Amino acid sequence: MPDLSANLAGIKSPNPFWLASAPPTNSGYQIMKAFDAGWGGAVWKTLGVPVVNVSSRYGAINYRSNRMVGFNNIELISDRPLRDNLREIEEVKKYFPHHAVVASLMVGSRAEWHQIVKDAENAGADGLELNFGCPHGMCERGMGSAVGQEPEVLKLITSWVMEVATVPVIVKLTPNISDITEPAQAAAQGGANAISLINTIQSLVGVDIDNFVSYPVVDGKSTNGGYCGPAVKPIALNMVKNCAQHPGVRLPISAIGGIENWRDAVEYLLLGASNVQVCTAVMHYGFGIIREMIPGLENYMRDKGFQRLDDFIGKALPNVLHWEDLNLHYDVKASINPDKCIQCQLCYTACEDGAHQAIRIPEDGSRIPQIIEENCVGCNLCSLVCPVENCITMVRKDDGSRHENWKDFVVAGKAPETFDDERAGGLGHWVPAPTDALKKRG
Amino acid sequence: MPEYPTPATAQDLDQRFAQIKPYMNATMAHYESARCLFCYDAPCVKACPTGIDIPLFIRQIHTHNAEGAARTIYDSNYFGNICGKVCPTEVLCEGACVYNHQHVKPIEIGRLQSYATSQVVNEQKRLFSPAPANGKKVAVIGAGPAGIACACELRLAGCEVEVFEAKEQPSGLVLHGCAPYKIANEDALNEVAWLQSQFGFNIHYNHNIESREQWQALEQQYDAIFLGIGLGATQAAGLRGEDLEHVSGATEYIEQIKLDPMSVRVGRKVVVIGGGNTAMDAASESARLGAEEVTLAYRRPKPEMKAYEFEYELAKSVGVKGLFNVAPVAILGDRQVEGIRLAATRVEAGRLQLVDGSEFDLACDAVILATGQEKRSALVAQIGGIETDRQGRIVVHPETFQSSHPKYFAGGDAVNGGAEVVNAAAHGKAAARGILGRLNG
Ligand SMILES: Cc1cc2nc3c(=O)[nH]c(=O)nc-3n(C[C@H](O)[C@H](O)[C@H](O)COP(=O)(O)OP(=O)(O)OC[C@H]3O[C@@H](n4cnc5c(N)ncnc54)[C@H](O)[C@@H]3O)c2cc1C
Ligand SMILES: Cc1cc2nc3c(=O)[nH]c(=O)nc-3n(C[C@H](O)[C@H](O)[C@H](O)COP(=O)(O)O)c2cc1C
Ligand code: SF4
Ligand code: SF4
Ligand code: SF4
Repeated sequence: MPDLSANLAGIKSPNPFWLASAPPTNSGYQIMKAFDAGWGGAVWKTLGVPVVNVSSRYGAINYRSNRMVGFNNIELISDRPLRDNLREIEEVKKYFPHHAVVASLMVGSRAEWHQIVKDAENAGADGLELNFGCPHGMCERGMGSAVGQEPEVLKLITSWVMEVATVPVIVKLTPNISDITEPAQAAAQGGANAISLINTIQSLVGVDIDNFVSYPVVDGKSTNGGYCGPAVKPIALNMVKNCAQHPGVRLPISAIGGIENWRDAVEYLLLGASNVQVCTAVMHYGFGIIREMIPGLENYMRDKGFQRLDDFIGKALPNVLHWEDLNLHYDVKASINPDKCIQCQLCYTACEDGAHQAIRIPEDGSRIPQIIEENCVGCNLCSLVCPVENCITMVRKDDGSRHENWKDFVVAGKAPETFDDERAGGLGHWVPAPTDALKKRG
Repeated sequence: MPEYPTPATAQDLDQRFAQIKPYMNATMAHYESARCLFCYDAPCVKACPTGIDIPLFIRQIHTHNAEGAARTIYDSNYFGNICGKVCPTEVLCEGACVYNHQHVKPIEIGRLQSYATSQVVNEQKRLFSPAPANGKKVAVIGAGPAGIACACELRLAGCEVEVFEAKEQPSGLVLHGCAPYKIANEDALNEVAWLQSQFGFNIHYNHNIESREQWQALEQQYDAIFLGIGLGATQAAGLRGEDLEHVSGATEYIEQIKLDPMSVRVGRKVVVIGGGNTAMDAASESARLGAEEVTLAYRRPKPEMKAYEFEYELAKSVGVKGLFNVAPVAILGDRQVEGIRLAATRVEAGRLQLVDGSEFDLACDAVILATGQEKRSALVAQIGGIETDRQGRIVVHPETFQSSHPKYFAGGDAVNGGAEVVNAAAHGKAAARGILGRLNG
């Protein structure tokens, strides 16, 4: 049986699945229920100063048959009294001493930070997460992303916390910044023990086209909110990878963003995260999704022969490089399996209109498209649009003997300098004459 | 007790004839439309006799533009709502849907089509406005799918159109023939009423055009005449005992079920003669109306039945039993039907023969002859100068639908010998283009 136990900078939990600081961690009731269901840890809904919330708080992106592919909120930090939250932290820890309970914090002055750190520790929190991420409502008051976007301020406040903290401190980063490694480095310099990312992305989730206002609507008006859910995963994956690879960061990472099942979690772990946090998926489906996550992760680890999470944390990092490091001789071409093809011709129209005119419809009346190998640049588009599992595959055509990347080209003086250069990429590519387009009119 | 006792109330009847393709609600339409792949050169479109741009209208439904979807549908087929319910989609669009190749349920195109069109029909939305009057006058004979489709297209171009219909109500066999569990009467009527409100053609009901004088008068008053006259009554089978009480022609029997179901006498043991879709309908409807035993007797082997496989399956699902390679020899009884004498058949030298000594009697108290509808050659002969083929179908030019008499155009069952509503709708529209070509040319 693989060992799922996780350790983030000394904060231990029976498994790497934590609840992110958000509505699912609003109360002791919810967290107890989640732990009972199998979750390994929880970051309490951010504690701090008194706030007032608005009514109508969320918006979502639905894609085709799927609801909440992306989710957006204009909610603030916990609006429950601090004393109630602290009392409940204590109670949860009594029942679940081996689960991780992390207090998320957001206040203003140095004195306030010192006080709340002590309060949280006295209540029994296993760690602290500094919320420097909230992109709405709190930043106007000089907190949340107003801190996260200023590396110097972030570093300063982190150091205030480190003056008094005795449990591990996680700095939660906002993605609303052009280079995520800057605040991550600032957190390291401020003395933080770990980072977590991402918080929500500043967004307008959509516009009510009948009433001329964006969502969510509050009495006819709206404001930007924070975006999360499955749609943000690619952005968060990249940011986690950037932090994990950066020599100036070197902090354990708690990954957040669009995690919904065991596969998502494994992807983040492979890119260097020590554990993961989940918000939207629980807001959508409830705590029960953990029943799929734990056995899924166990099964994966058994299949791969991994005993512990450390056996694969960061395992994909050496393979994620810069573009200039990629082998320019690697050559794949699309191949259609005619036995699987359902003849929708989406590949044809995608390549014809959206790529390289490398797919033809046979003239003998068959509806199964054919690849024109000479024109195929191996972009993958057709295999991505094909609705049938494994119907279009990308087949390697080079013999694998040559490895040269752009850097090698430059060093060897082989980089093309004019468009007429034989080695220039597009030179050999056939394209139809512009007027051929009109001949194709039906 | 039969599975379906004789219905006693209107509710019983509704339940017995519950729609097999009921209207989708918005949630169903949302999820079903999400599945469509938006195929390139989509095979479903090619399989539709009216060539509706199916992926486009489904995408429009998905973006909550039902009105745009309805417009896409009506641009190709004026019977969009009715067709969504009565078309044999299994062998047309849905049968061609690419999902079938991977054994995934095809898109429910018919129901999506009825969903979109019902939004504009129910809300009486205006989608079409006829062009200003062009001074041409056309008479349309028959208010069935062929005639009405022709009238719409002619009005769109600005012709004055008068429709003459023998019966009291429009829609032809959609109202008087299509199985009640496929389409409710109000749906058969609402779409035509909506079309009439859009296009503004007149329908003269109870106007059977049946004499030489009437045809001549029409020829004088109108620039062109469209024949959407469908087929006639059930053909006589030439059997001994055919005139006994409780022997009925399937078309007439079904018409009564459609118009006044409570008044229909359904036998306890019913024998239906025939192997086409009408035979399947007559058998299914009898079973649903309380017959204890319904037997379909077909003179050839099962694979040769003209009925679609799914129609036979539908009949079997309500308890109908098939009997193959048997032909009726005589209907037995004194005044009323008491039984039927059948004989086994076999094919000899390419011809169907009765097997000597194989005769047997089957007790029954109703016989329904689904042996085909009469062609309209006699009526057409009255007009003069219109060629019909050996099977009594009006011969027309394949594109213009003009008959051998230059003033007469024709389409629908009268031309194809009996097909589907969608074919009649396609013919009517194409014939209107043919007429416009002639009148403008
Ligand atoms: C029992 C049965 C079930 C069917 N089920 C289906 C089904 O499920 N799906 C499907 O797609 N198709 C079905 N069909 C076939 C379909 O109904 C016909 O193909 C279609 O209605 C043909 O349209 P039409 O306009 O050519 O003729 P019709 O619908 O027959 O319309 C002809 C009209 O012309 C009128 N008329 C005829 N002669 C004259 C005259 N001399 N003067 C004035 N008016 C005249 C008639 O009263 C009638 O209203 C069914 C047919 C039958 C018989
Ligand atoms: C309604 C809502 C409220 C949130 N509140 C907080 C918060 O108080 N503190 C915080 O650090 N993050 C907060 N977040 C951000 C989440 O913790 C998380 O970083 C983000 O939703 C991305 O994860 P996901 O894609 O799994 O939802 C909130 C998110 C949502 C949807
Ligand atoms: S891989 Fe790209 S270029 Fe090649 S056939 Fe597919 S879509 Fe066209
Ligand atoms: S996209 Fe796939 S299924 Fe569709 S035609 Fe191309 S190969 Fe066939
Ligand atoms: S064949 Fe099926 S999936 Fe493709 S466009 Fe038609 S309905 Fe949609």
